[in-house]
Amino acid sequence: MMLAAGSLAGSVLYRRRAARRLERVDLYAEDGSMASIADGSPDAERLLTLARELLAVAR
Amino acid sequence: MLRPVDAAQALADLTEISSQVVQVAIVDGDGQLLATTIADEARAERFVEGVRKLLEEAESLGQSRALPDLAQLEAATLDGSIFVVRQGGRLIAVSTRSDPTVGLVFYDLKHCLRSLDEAPAAPAARTTRPRTRKKADAST
Repeated sequence: MMLAAGSLAGSVLYRRRAARRLERVDLYAEDGSMASIADGSPDAERLLTLARELLAVAR
Repeated sequence: MLRPVDAAQALADLTEISSQVVQVAIVDGDGQLLATTIADEARAERFVEGVRKLLEEAESLGQSRALPDLAQLEAATLDGSIFVVRQGGRLIAVSTRSDPTVGLVFYDLKHCLRSLDEAPAAPAARTTRPRTRKKADAST
């Protein structure tokens, strides 16, 4: 029983972490350089908030 | 060689070939909306205004990270992604479903903008258009 509960909790945590990794902002410059800003930083959160608003408008 | 097309045709071609794209807006260098799939005019204007804000923030962020001359971006959320590509004074912005094939979407957006930018071709060149690209071709 405890093993099953532990497995379930681990699975939920893993899925949550995997989902958070999907949220990010990738910026590409003319010269081909790129910066990826992961969710969790204030910089990324500002842009992701704007992106979410855009997705809501586009829905 | 691409044939030159107007913005509405380029947009129609894009939505035909790219199943991942949900909504599209093409904007010229003056911020004027050239074409969009968003039927409601007010929503389309809000979308363009939102894209402008997103670009401003992204440019500011890019400069702070020694990344000048922002050419394109993807903002990926759990609900979907926003892609923006700037080229030849125009920009194209799209919303996609979640977890899109990033390289393929960028390829399609650049292809769409290039089809607007190409100089007028000889009439014979207008009769054919390559349509054989497979979805797996995300090399550019």
